Amino acid sequence: MANINITVNGKSVSKDVEDNTLLVDFLREDLRLTGTHVGCDTSQCGACVVHVDGKAVKSCTTLAASLDGAVVTTVEGVANGELHPMQTAFNDNHGLQCGFCTPGMIMSGIDMVNRYKADGRELTADAIRHELEGNICRCTGYHNIVKSIQDAAAKM
Amino acid sequence: MSTKIGDRVKRSEDKRFITGAGKYTDDIRQENQAYAAFVRSPYAHANVKGIDASAAEAMDGVIAVLNGAQLTGDGIGNIICGWAVSSKDGSPMNMGAWSALATEKVRYVGDAVAVVIAETDALARLGAEAVEVDYEELPTVVKADKALAEGAPQIHENAPGNQIFDWEIGDQAATDAALATAAHITEVDITNNRLSPNPMEPRAAIATYDAAEEHYTLYTTSQNPHVARLVLSAFYNVAPEHKLRVIAPDVGGGFGAKIYIYPEEITCLWASMKTNRSVKWTSDRSEAFMTDAHGRDHITNARMGFDADGKIVGFKVDTIANVGAYMSLFSSAVPTYLYGTLMSGQYDMPAIHCNVRTAYTNTVPVDAYRGAGRPEATYLIETMMERAAREMAMDPAELRRRNFIQSFPHQTPVILAYDAGDFPKILQMAQESADVAGFATRKAEAASRGMLRGLGYSTFIEACGLAPSAAAGSLGAGVGLWESAEVRMNPVGTIEVLTGSHSHGQGHETTFAQIVADRFDIPIENVKIVHGDTDKVQFGMGTYGSRSAPVGMSAVVKAMDKVEAKIKKIVAHVLEADEADLVIEGGAVSVAGTDKQMLWHEIGLAAYMAHNLPEGMEPGLKETAFFDPVNFSFPSGAFICEVEVDPETGTTEIVQFTSADDFGTIINPMIVEGQVHGGVAQGIGQALLEQVIYDDDGQLLTGSYMDYTMPRADDLPFFTIDHHATPSPNNPLGVKGCGEAGAIGAPPAVINAITDAIGAEGLAMPATPMNVWRAIQAAKSSIAAE
Repeated sequence: MANINITVNGKSVSKDVEDNTLLVDFLREDLRLTGTHVGCDTSQCGACVVHVDGKAVKSCTTLAASLDGAVVTTVEGVANGELHPMQTAFNDNHGLQCGFCTPGMIMSGIDMVNRYKADGRELTADAIRHELEGNICRCTGYHNIVKSIQDAAAKM
Repeated sequence: MSTKIGDRVKRSEDKRFITGAGKYTDDIRQENQAYAAFVRSPYAHANVKGIDASAAEAMDGVIAVLNGAQLTGDGIGNIICGWAVSSKDGSPMNMGAWSALATEKVRYVGDAVAVVIAETDALARLGAEAVEVDYEELPTVVKADKALAEGAPQIHENAPGNQIFDWEIGDQAATDAALATAAHITEVDITNNRLSPNPMEPRAAIATYDAAEEHYTLYTTSQNPHVARLVLSAFYNVAPEHKLRVIAPDVGGGFGAKIYIYPEEITCLWASMKTNRSVKWTSDRSEAFMTDAHGRDHITNARMGFDADGKIVGFKVDTIANVGAYMSLFSSAVPTYLYGTLMSGQYDMPAIHCNVRTAYTNTVPVDAYRGAGRPEATYLIETMMERAAREMAMDPAELRRRNFIQSFPHQTPVILAYDAGDFPKILQMAQESADVAGFATRKAEAASRGMLRGLGYSTFIEACGLAPSAAAGSLGAGVGLWESAEVRMNPVGTIEVLTGSHSHGQGHETTFAQIVADRFDIPIENVKIVHGDTDKVQFGMGTYGSRSAPVGMSAVVKAMDKVEAKIKKIVAHVLEADEADLVIEGGAVSVAGTDKQMLWHEIGLAAYMAHNLPEGMEPGLKETAFFDPVNFSFPSGAFICEVEVDPETGTTEIVQFTSADDFGTIINPMIVEGQVHGGVAQGIGQALLEQVIYDDDGQLLTGSYMDYTMPRADDLPFFTIDHHATPSPNNPLGVKGCGEAGAIGAPPAVINAITDAIGAEGLAMPATPMNVWRAIQAAKSSIAAE
């Protein structure tokens, strides 16, 4: 058992967590932030992606106890009064169908746009497809997810 | 922005999904919630000699350990198959019993024998590990042809030789006679690879028993909550329908896998009564691979005969279908009435005979997966057409054109009567979009880089809009396949549509609202679609078989007809006008040629206040309708796939994928295109990447995303999509359904393209780099041997 002080979606949280509690379970069960999903048990599907200190991580393979002092953002926390451009782009481009993988796609999408912009690299469609290797969608064939991220990248 | 039929209306349901506010079953937490974990067989075939739960029962936090004898003892019925298919000799199918918790015998790895209910999920899993089951291992068989072979292990006592039925369709004598006259016969032995549907949301259930009311509530990941309630009531004896509410909230994809009522939902309901706790179960992905119904898994020998002009004279098919360890809900219909009836494809075939034997094996049940029978038929027909073209040295598009059905309606030799289509036109559209004329140049350019470029076609048809109830009933269906809808106009003029269709990615909350906004010319935001809750929606058969538009929307249209009729009576009465002079436009009903009108909310108020209604009219404004289709709908399409294969590595890249579809009337092209994208991706997945593998002992070797290759973004191209509509004459909107087309049509297009590229016959799916490389090497060595 460990006590952690972390910031989740801008709010300070102080909680005792078991040493083996996964971040995704901490978010879903302790904080009831159920937008972060679990789609597999081998860290492959990316439905659980959140941002920790500004970087995309898979919350299904991160221990909550390791995050004392960290800043965590989930899909519930990316809109700032109005929808984040990535969220809007997914709606504009029909980038989601069942919606289950969508939170992870949005969090990965924001992360990749931020990294490419920081490095001054162009985020091409091929680059987006490569960057999405850790996010699985079964509904869309990725066509409109790639378009959504391209669209958001132009607006972020 | 216009929100008429045909407009690209953005989805209204998106907001909750993009903000993390979706409400899926696992997101729900009930008061007093406990967790279930299943004790599953590690053996594919074994007698259960005993279950010792004492260690688990003694663990802190374990509430109960329940087994199959208790479940059966409480009168919970065996799991049913919903479609009775007889053998050709008239004998009924040999169906073995399937209990939600196995008692004397387990028949696949993952078959559940007990359930542990505990305070937390982790404790339930620990408890399940502590249950000691005494298994006596039995020999196993996992392949359908081996299961039917002499001396195979017997899986169910009442299915001798593991054969469930030996079924046929068509005319054997006429087909044999036609093949005897053929100038050319193309013969193939072909396997349709076994797949796991893999909706991204794993299955889940939360059951709550209210002892005071003797009432159950089940939240579950279902494509058809009313069917679940019906089956749970009528066959599993959980509770009568008025004492059982089934809610399918947001559901994260289905693809067929969430049609069925599985052992876990039944067990959670029963366990909630036994323990007086809400019982929650959420599958993890490993459990999903092990227990979700799989798809496909056919072995087929087929012969197609042609005359000297390349016209098909006869088609003979002999298939063995793997049904798994138990007969799941549609498992008998998928390889028969959803497969054999499609053998005519888009072609005028004078004689067809299709024989199908189904076999029990020690694998998880096999049932409908996106397309369900139709992809298997299409893969067979379309790879044979292209092989025949190569053998007869004809252009594959020309061979198809010579055989296309050109006039409608068209009665095939295998029950189906096609209602509408324009196959030459959609093929031509696809060829133009794909720039087939420029292919030779592209191929030469690829060759200059050492790459093999190939082009493959698939021209396919599907029977969708399941289904005319009486016709389905005469073929053995255990339910009617209509759909129902209620259209309610509220006193303030807003409209709620209650539909028995269920949306789990299809965007019904937008498209169903679109047909209402279009019809009544009111703002789409004033329309709400309600679905997925048996306490709210009158009844429904759910969403599968591309039926929500042709059947579900048609019920909504029928209900709107009734609402409109009543509206016109009210307005005519209030405005003292003739009904025939009324026009619905701009959020009002007006008397043509005058300034007299009633605004939409005024009509609602008039109906509910009932101060001034026509003599004898009931107050209120809501109408229910059931729509039972008179025929299937027949979406069709032409796909062209272009690939580049690296001969050194066998790696295939899909460089272009072109689709021209005929889905009839399109309500929302954006959503239809999304359905095609997803379907094609699953079809490409089957062709290139996906395969469930059991070893000879029945152990599942592809039990996670580390072993089962899901299509990822960099496996796929952007898709080029075109539409041409020949409206269906058999429903009011002229819609045909679009959900399955991609998965049905794509696999042969991909395999035909690779075969064209490498010049080697007999390439098996999935065309992994290893399989392709081997096919290239085999072709080289056979050339060398010649």
